[in-house]
Amino acid sequence: MATTELADPIPWLVLLPLAWATAAFVLGPGRGGRLAVAGLAVQAALALALAAEVLEAGPRRYAVGGWAAPLGIELLADGLAAFMLATTAAVALPVAVYARGYFRAVSRSDAHPKGATWFWPLTGYLVAALDVLFLAADLFNLYVGLELLGLAAVGLTALTGERAAVAAALRYLLASLLGSGAYLMGVALVYGAYGTVSLATLAPLIEPLPAVALAAGLMAAGLALKTALFPLHFWLPPAHGGAASPVSALLSALVVKASFYLLLRLWFGIYAPLTTAAAAQLLGALGAAAVVWGSVQALRQERLKMLVAYSTVAQLGYLFLVFPLATGTGPAAAAAAWGGALLQVLAHGLAKAAMFAAAGAMVLAAGRDAVAGLGGVGARLPLSLFAFALAGVTLMGLPPSGGFTAKWLLLRAALASGQWWWAAVLVVGGLLAAAYVFRVLRQAFLPVEAASTGGVPRSLEFAALALALGGVLLGLFGERPLALLGVG
Amino acid sequence: MKKALQWTVAALCALLAAALTVALLALPGAPVRLAAEVEAQLPASGVAHPVTAVLLNFRGYDTLLEVAVLLLALLGMLAAGAGPRALAVPPDPLLAVPPDPLLAGLARTLAPLMLLVAGYLLWAGAHRPGGAFQAGAVLAAAAVLLRLAGLLPAWARPGRRLRLAWAAGFALFLLAAAGGLAAGALLRYPPDWAGALILAIEAGLTFSLGLILAGLFLAGPEAPRGGGGA
Amino acid sequence: MSAGLFYALTGGLLFALGLAGLILRAHVLRKLLAFNILGSGAFLVLVGLGGRDGTPDPVTQAMVLTGIVVAVAATALGLALARRLLELTGDMALPGEAPHGDD
Repeated sequence: MATTELADPIPWLVLLPLAWATAAFVLGPGRGGRLAVAGLAVQAALALALAAEVLEAGPRRYAVGGWAAPLGIELLADGLAAFMLATTAAVALPVAVYARGYFRAVSRSDAHPKGATWFWPLTGYLVAALDVLFLAADLFNLYVGLELLGLAAVGLTALTGERAAVAAALRYLLASLLGSGAYLMGVALVYGAYGTVSLATLAPLIEPLPAVALAAGLMAAGLALKTALFPLHFWLPPAHGGAASPVSALLSALVVKASFYLLLRLWFGIYAPLTTAAAAQLLGALGAAAVVWGSVQALRQERLKMLVAYSTVAQLGYLFLVFPLATGTGPAAAAAAWGGALLQVLAHGLAKAAMFAAAGAMVLAAGRDAVAGLGGVGARLPLSLFAFALAGVTLMGLPPSGGFTAKWLLLRAALASGQWWWAAVLVVGGLLAAAYVFRVLRQAFLPVEAASTGGVPRSLEFAALALALGGVLLGLFGERPLALLGVG
Repeated sequence: MKKALQWTVAALCALLAAALTVALLALPGAPVRLAAEVEAQLPASGVAHPVTAVLLNFRGYDTLLEVAVLLLALLGMLAAGAGPRALAVPPDPLLAVPPDPLLAGLARTLAPLMLLVAGYLLWAGAHRPGGAFQAGAVLAAAAVLLRLAGLLPAWARPGRRLRLAWAAGFALFLLAAAGGLAAGALLRYPPDWAGALILAIEAGLTFSLGLILAGLFLAGPEAPRGGGGA
Repeated sequence: MSAGLFYALTGGLLFALGLAGLILRAHVLRKLLAFNILGSGAFLVLVGLGGRDGTPDPVTQAMVLTGIVVAVAATALGLALARRLLELTGDMALPGEAPHGDD
């Protein structure tokens, strides 16, 4: 009995990153990269083991400390949680490999005098916070997880210590605190109404009291701010575009998805009796506005990494289409919308990490972060450019990529529920994404215009390529993740 | 335009205040009563004070993560301060003037007393209000006082020993959490050991939390220019 | 009205006040103070509603203690970043927000 409990993946998914993060902190600035890669490799194995177990045996609850809810804190590993845990590991491991090469290259170049400094411990706590959030089934535990994630993300944003990065980090911190403050007020109201914060205990109790409706509104607003839903996206582009490239990859691919995940859980979970079609249409409309606004802004950016950051604003918009497509629609439409939104989480996670990784390599090689300065990069870093283009295929939603499957499912949900106008958003968004991706590719194929500062390590290019290939291959092997999402 | 926007925000906040008031006044009694359940399980928690039982046992997982949050604040501060030292801003006047001899004398007297108070708060936590966080806060206050009195240098370059001390409390807690797996679940304490384990965790936390909170002041971005002690 | 409910109502007002300050004020120090007012409001609601019937609820007290520590950590990080911003730009307002419209 004891041996199976010692080998249970659920507690280790939280313990392991906390342990290596703390060890990396004690080791000191710039240290801990090898530890992180090893830890993330084990974490990937744990996440896959848990996914296999959930797929086979169904969802499982875990009482921390042996105290069952509502007195203690319970964790829940269902299909959705296992999917998000696997997504986290699948993105974080290649990014860690990339980061090792990136910081080695950066500390050698004159333009950037700094290396990894505290990147590794901060990343460890960030990954731990994601695992905590995805496993949590308790409103207050989720609050602590949100704060852990927010502070880790802010620390990473400030990592370069430069003027723009510090300002972006501070703006990010204030937005993040405002979001979690609103969320905490919601928790207080719910606790006042029912005397518990356990999601399982709350689910049968929730009814449309004014205090509960207010709590739901505050929590939704706070989480929308943390997910950078248009027009609350103001903090995202400077933070994601100004951070060191491995950090940008983690923030864009994973961190904003965590608050979206939580919104999804609450909306279709405990707050299901309160949700209205009007509120769902509003979230969908904001998502649609994000798709258009983010893409247009991406087209207008002069800096490459800002272009990629605005693309994140746009791609996050698609996720919010799940609310109108799965609230009060038939089971077939709801299932398609749910699957489409979550495949988009994974596909965008892989593709956006790849895109920031490739962009980081190209910026290093070109010596400056400018779209106009990319001339000749196509000849010098063909692998990185190829990774960027492949990631672009996923973002545009072209077959056979994971982005295509995701958007296809959303399209099916839109048609099945008779809401054709969301289908228009998908088409327009795809065209705009093609426009900003081709803008970069066109520049990169132009002849060399400036003196180069040198090449980049091969590990950078291969890590970016692996992520981009993952995003494309997801389109061919999407059934397993979709089956997992159906559990629970 | 900007003024109009500001008034809109202010009006919306006033509306929220009104909505909160109405919602709170209309709130019926809660169906779940955790206080009674805490009372019932208190004997198995290893401590006699219900708040400490919730913090370190029933909801110990939250507390573990909260210590990580504190470490993260410190890490974020170190990360942001690691960049190029730029524009001249006058050093903190509080640290630039020679320390007041009266203050130094007072600090010399108070610091040992504060140490004593911290020890008492740690011990008291098991059966009355107190505990690691309160004790750690008093320890940190003592360090800040000593720094302001010029008796303690700034921690300009935290070495490995200091980092180990910062992380020790959390590492101990993490070990206890992992050790719980042998007893059946993350953070599960065997009832016979619970009291001793909680005291050990709290002692470790007091030490590290005191140093972390002090570090937020002494290792801050101002410190390096303060020149290692006034 | 019980004392607990009174605390909760006060907390609701503080929360709204802090929210307004956090959005409307430009100076970072004021924003951080406003965040602390907002947070205290949420804590008061939590602890006040927990003790509505006159007996204090240890669960809410433990949660608020956790919340306070988190708020302290966030405030410290915010102050460190603000201090660093001052060092780099000579100003304690975020770019794009007027620092002097504040007093």
